[in-house]
Formats: sequence, C-alpha cells, structure tokens
Amino acid sequence: MAALWSAAIPMKPELKASIKRYALELVVYSLLVAGYYLLVLHLLGGLLADIYFHERKVYAALALGLIVAQGFVLEILTRFILSWMEPRRESE
Amino acid sequence: MTFPISGAHLSPVYLVVVGFVVGLLGGFFGVGGSFLAGPALFAAGVPMNFVVGTDLAHIVGKSIVAARKHRTLGNIDVKLGAIMVLGTIAGVEAGAQGIQFLKRTAHVDWVVGPVFIVVLLGIAGFMTWESISTLREHKREGRGRGSVSEGHPSGRDRSAMAFIAKAVHRISLPPHVSLPVSGIASISVWAIVGVAFVGGFFSGFLGGGAGSIRMPCFIYLLGIPTHIAVGTDLFEIVISASYGTVTHALKGNVDILIALVMHTGAAIGAQIGATLTQYFGGLRIRMAFIPLPLIGAGMMLYSLLTGHPAK
Repeated sequence: MAALWSAAIPMKPELKASIKRYALELVVYSLLVAGYYLLVLHLLGGLLADIYFHERKVYAALALGLIVAQGFVLEILTRFILSWMEPRRESE
Repeated sequence: MTFPISGAHLSPVYLVVVGFVVGLLGGFFGVGGSFLAGPALFAAGVPMNFVVGTDLAHIVGKSIVAARKHRTLGNIDVKLGAIMVLGTIAGVEAGAQGIQFLKRTAHVDWVVGPVFIVVLLGIAGFMTWESISTLREHKREGRGRGSVSEGHPSGRDRSAMAFIAKAVHRISLPPHVSLPVSGIASISVWAIVGVAFVGGFFSGFLGGGAGSIRMPCFIYLLGIPTHIAVGTDLFEIVISASYGTVTHALKGNVDILIALVMHTGAAIGAQIGATLTQYFGGLRIRMAFIPLPLIGAGMMLYSLLTGHPAK
C-alpha cells in the first residue's frame, strides 16, 4: 500500500509550510478555547442541565442551536486566526 | 470534571483531543467519524444512550466548519446536496424503523452486525481494486500526465471504474437534472434520491453519519469527483445529523456540554483536514480512505465477539 501511495500523484511542496502554520494556529486557538471553557461549562452548565430535566423540547432546540452557532463562530475564529498569521509569516 | 446532564466524569482535554482527531478525519474524508468518537466516548465512561446522541450533536458542529471550508474551496455541489435531502431523511426513518422491527424479533445484533461487516469489507475491497486499476491506467498513460494541470483538483480526478457511473447516468427515468459543479450533463433525479436513501438508511440503521458508505456511492455510482464528494457528503451530514440530534435530544440522549467541548477540538481539526484535501489528488484521497471501512468492520466484529458495544 505504501508503494502504491508514493506512486500516486505527487504531493505539493506548500503542504509542509501549511503544517507549520497549523501548528502555530493550534497554540493560539488552544488559549482561546481554555477561556471559552470557563464561560460555557461554569456559566451555562447549570442552566442547561436544569432545562434538560424540566423542558425537553426547549432543550432539544437549544442543543441544536448552540452546536450550530458554535460551528459558525469557531469557523470564523479559525479562519480569522489563519488570515491574521499569514501576513506576519510573510513579513518575517 | 463532572458533566451535569449525563453525570459523566471526563477530562475536557481528552474530549478536545478526540474531537481534534475525528475532526481531522472528517474534514479530509467527508465522514462523521462516529466509528472512532463513539468508542472513545464509551471507553471514557459516557453512558451508551448519551454516546450516540452526543456524537451526532458534535458531528453537526464539526461538519458545519468543514463544509464551510470546502465551500470556499469549491468542493460543494449545493444542487446535488439539496436534491439528496428528502432521500436522506426518508432513508434515516426507514433505517430506524428497520431497527425497531429487528428489535421486536430479537435478532437485531445478528442481522445488523454481519450486514455492516459485509458492506464495509465490500467497500474496502472494491476501493482497493479500483485504486490499483486506476494507478495502472495512470502509469500506462504517462506518470506526470494530469498532475501538473491547474484549476480545481477534481479536473484531474480519474477512475478506472468510471463506466459504473456512466451506466447510472444513462438511466432514462425522468426527471433529469444537470450538475455543472460536478461536471455531470444529465442524470436522473431518482438515481440521486436512491443513493441518498441508501446512505440515510445505513445512517438510521447503524447510527452515525454513514459517510463511509455514502462517500464511495457518490464517487462510483453517481460519478462525483472525489473532492466534491467529500464536500457534498459533509453538507449532507449536517442535515442528517441535525435531524438525528433533535430526535435524540427529545429522548434525553444528548449531553450538549460534552458535544460543545468536543467540538472545540473538532472545529480546528476539521478546518485543517478540509484544507489538506487541496494538496492531494482524488486517487490519493480514495486510497487513504480504504482503512476507514476496515476499522468500522473491525469495531463491529469486536462488538459481536465480545458482547461489548463498539459504539
């Protein structure tokens, strides 16, 4: 399988640079996520558990709404971090 | 730390790492990754009913991130995805009803398990054979040909099994649609809905997004280029997993706090996985995909032999 893999279409050279950039992005991102935990788990945790046990329909709507909203917000955040790091990297 | 909804004691770091790995696979291959996330949550002590629902919720968020990235790369055929929605939802319901029927006859494990294993082994075997055949064709036509062309990577995506998709395109049952993004001049709507139904059926029957079945169906049955199959499958997973999240949440099977934490890792993994697809040709993505159905089949075999649920 390894021989087949290496014989397939060759990998682009930009891949190595991208992997380095993503490693840096991971560091910045993990700092932001650590702060986010404090917000979600400590502020929303009790409230969401209460809704789960007493208002199941509201909870279902909230669950989908929260994960969809977080999907969009984190996509924007990760894209922003990437675009923020790109010019810095080029100016070095 | 304790998650108050499911009562599970879990490390958030563990959830983020699992989310990151699953997100990376999902972004690159266009699958939900429940074959990995399900056992990982169960092994960490999440109750089984919460594993399925919570995994689906996290898949929604992760697939949104990956699908948006694939959209910017031109890898989503929105028209194809929109046509598939009805077939997918009907398939999910049919699969869920099938499970209910088998539960009543008390043979559920010994029907679902072997069916799942045979289908996944068949997919892995077929994809291996197709990859070898396509590679031989590449060599015959000249090693460098196609690999230096510019534009969208799907433009140089060739398959030795393209004749299967051509036969499907010749189905004359009206109405027909064109899919310019996927490079298909005309195809019967029923062929698309049929593939969506099959994907949805396995999703409802086996749980998860069923991407390991739908992705090969996109490529080999409908003739969708690999990159666009990955992106469009993610678009489809957003819809089917959202539907599954709501139904499971109503039954009390979703711990949204676990899903939110897991998704923070999955979001960055999905972003990276989706971006990496532009550095690989369709053949390479298909070859790297082959172990995924094998892992799924191995998980199910383990579950059948030991009696412990694999997801």
